Amino acid sequence: MLFYAVRRLLYAIPIGIGVTFIVFSLVHIAPGDPISALLPNEATQEMVEQARREYGLDQPLLVQYATWLGHAARGDLGTSIGSGRPVASEVAGAVGNTVILAISAGLVACILGFLLGIVAGLWRDRPVDHIVSLITISGVSIPHYWLAILLVIVFSVDLNWLPPLGIGPDSSGGWRPDWPHLSHLILPTIATAAIPMAVIARTLRASVVDVLDQDFVTTLRAKGLLPRRVLWHVIRNALPTALAVMGLQLGNMLGGSVLVETVFAWPGTGFLLASAIFQRDLPLLQGTMLVLSMFFVLLNLIVDLVQSWTDPRIRRA
Amino acid sequence: MHGTLGTGAEADIVETPAVRHRSYRAVVLRRFVRQPVPMTAALILLAIILSAIFAHYVAPADPFQTRVAQRLAEIGTPGRLLGGDELGRDVLSRLIYGGRISLTMAIAPVAIGLFVGGFLGILAGYAGGRTNMAIMRSMDVFYAFPSILLAVAIAGALGPGLENGILALSMVFIPPIARMAESVTTQVRSYEFVIAARLSGASTARVLREHVLSNVAGPILVFASSQVSVSIIAASGLSFLGLGVSPPNPDWGLMLSALRQSIYVNPWVAALPGAMIFISSICFNLVSDGIRRAMEVRR
Repeated sequence: MLFYAVRRLLYAIPIGIGVTFIVFSLVHIAPGDPISALLPNEATQEMVEQARREYGLDQPLLVQYATWLGHAARGDLGTSIGSGRPVASEVAGAVGNTVILAISAGLVACILGFLLGIVAGLWRDRPVDHIVSLITISGVSIPHYWLAILLVIVFSVDLNWLPPLGIGPDSSGGWRPDWPHLSHLILPTIATAAIPMAVIARTLRASVVDVLDQDFVTTLRAKGLLPRRVLWHVIRNALPTALAVMGLQLGNMLGGSVLVETVFAWPGTGFLLASAIFQRDLPLLQGTMLVLSMFFVLLNLIVDLVQSWTDPRIRRA
Repeated sequence: MHGTLGTGAEADIVETPAVRHRSYRAVVLRRFVRQPVPMTAALILLAIILSAIFAHYVAPADPFQTRVAQRLAEIGTPGRLLGGDELGRDVLSRLIYGGRISLTMAIAPVAIGLFVGGFLGILAGYAGGRTNMAIMRSMDVFYAFPSILLAVAIAGALGPGLENGILALSMVFIPPIARMAESVTTQVRSYEFVIAARLSGASTARVLREHVLSNVAGPILVFASSQVSVSIIAASGLSFLGLGVSPPNPDWGLMLSALRQSIYVNPWVAALPGAMIFISSICFNLVSDGIRRAMEVRR
C-alpha cells in the first residue's frame, strides 16, 4: 500500500507541472501582446515597458514560467485588473462558497446516484430499472444551466418558494447553516448534482449487474446466505468502480459550477471565472484556474489512494 | 420503408435456409433499425439537422427581423408561433436557424478530437514504448482538468468566437478519444492475426491500414459518438457564457442567455432554447447507445 501511495504521489508531480504550465500558457494564447491584456487600454508606452520588465516578459518563456510558479507557490497570483485587489484574496473569498455548493451537491449526487444505481442493478430489466434509466439518461443529457433556469422558473417565479439567486441575506456575516442560507442553496444544489448523480447511478448499475453475474454470488445464494448479506457482498465488490466515478464527478462539478454559479449569481470560483472572462481579466482567470485545477489534481490523487485502499487488486497492477 | 425491406430479407432466410452472407455493416444497421427508441431519436435528430440545413425554406420568418410590437410575445401569437424574443424576433425561426451554429460548434470538436485523438491514440498504442509514454502522459495532463472548465478557460483566454470555441472544445475531446484509441489498439496489436501479418513481412502502413484500423475504428467511432451529447451541452454552455458567436447570430446557448433576462415576463419562451439543447443532447445519447448495442458481438 505504501509503495503504491508513494508511486502515485510521484506520478502526481509531472501532472502538476504540466497542469500549471497549461494554466500559465493561458495568458500567452490570448490574442495580442499579453501586456495589453494585463494593462488598462489607456496605458502609456512607459507603463507598457515598465510592466514588461515587472512581469519579466522580456525573459525566455521557461524562465517566466519558473518565476510565475515561484510566486504562485508563495501565494502571489498577481493583481486582478477588474478590482485591483490581489487575485489570491479574490479566489480565497470565493473558494469557500464553491466548497459549500460542492459538498452539498456532492452529497446529494452520491447518495441518490448510489441508491438509484443499486436499485436498478438489483432489479435489472424490471419497471424500476426502466424508470431509473429514464432518469439517468435525462440526467446525463440535460444542460445543467438550463435545468438551473427551469428550477428558477418553477420554484422562484411561479411558486415563489425559493430565492432565485445569491447565497443568503447578508454577504458580510459569513455562511451559516440556517434556513435563509439553506434556502438559497437548494436550487443550485439540484442543478449541480443532476449530471454527477446520473453518471454515478449509471456506473453503479453496470457494476452491480456485473458483480451479480459472477459465480461467487451464485455460491453465496446457494449456501443459503440471507439476501441482505449477499447484497453487502455485491456492494463491497461494486464499490471501487463507484468510488472512482464519484471522485471524478466531484471534480467535474468544480467545472460545471462555472455555469450554475453564473445562473444563480452564486459568489464562488465559477462565478469569479465567468466574470474574469467577461471583463477579460486574465490574471484573475489564470489564478482561478490554477486553484481549481490544483484542487482537481489533489482530488484525483485522493480518489486513487482511497480506491486502492478499498480494492487491493489495483495495488498489484 | 425500412419495414418492408426488413421483412423482405426475412422472407429470403425462410426460403433458403443455407447461410447467407451479410456484411457486418448491414447486420449492425439492421440491429439498429430494429431498436425503437434509438431509431426514434435518430429520426428526431435527422429532422433537427435537416431543418437547420434547409432553415431558409423551413423557418416561417426571417430570424433577424425585429418587430417592436412582438417583443416577448407569448407562445401562440400569430406570426410568432413560439413567441418573440427580447427584440421581437421570431423564436421558432431562430431556434431552427440556431441549429446551424449550435450543432456545428458541438459536432466539429468531436470530429477534430476523433481525427487528432484517434491518430495519437493508435500511434501510441501501436508503437508502444517511449512513444506511448510521451503521448499518453501529455494527454494525462489535459485529463487533469475538469472538462468544461478547460474549455471555458481556453475559450476565455482566446476570446469569443465560433472558431475559438471549436478549438477550445477540441482540446477537451482529444485526450479521452486518444486514451480510448490507445487502449483498443494495444489490445488489437497483440492479436495473432496482427502478429502473423507483421511476421509475413507486411509493411507497418499496411498492417495499420488493413488489420489494426479496421478493428479499432468501430469502438473509437462509438466512443466518439457518445461524446457528441457532452459536446452539445459544453458548446452551448460556452455560448451561454458569451464565448460563442456574437449577437445577433441565432444560437441556442446565446438565445438562452438573452431570454433568461425575461423569465419573469415570459418564462416558457425563455426555456425553449434550452429544450432544443436538451432534445439534441438526449437524442445523440440514445443514438450512440443504440449503435453500441447494435455493434455488440455478444448477444
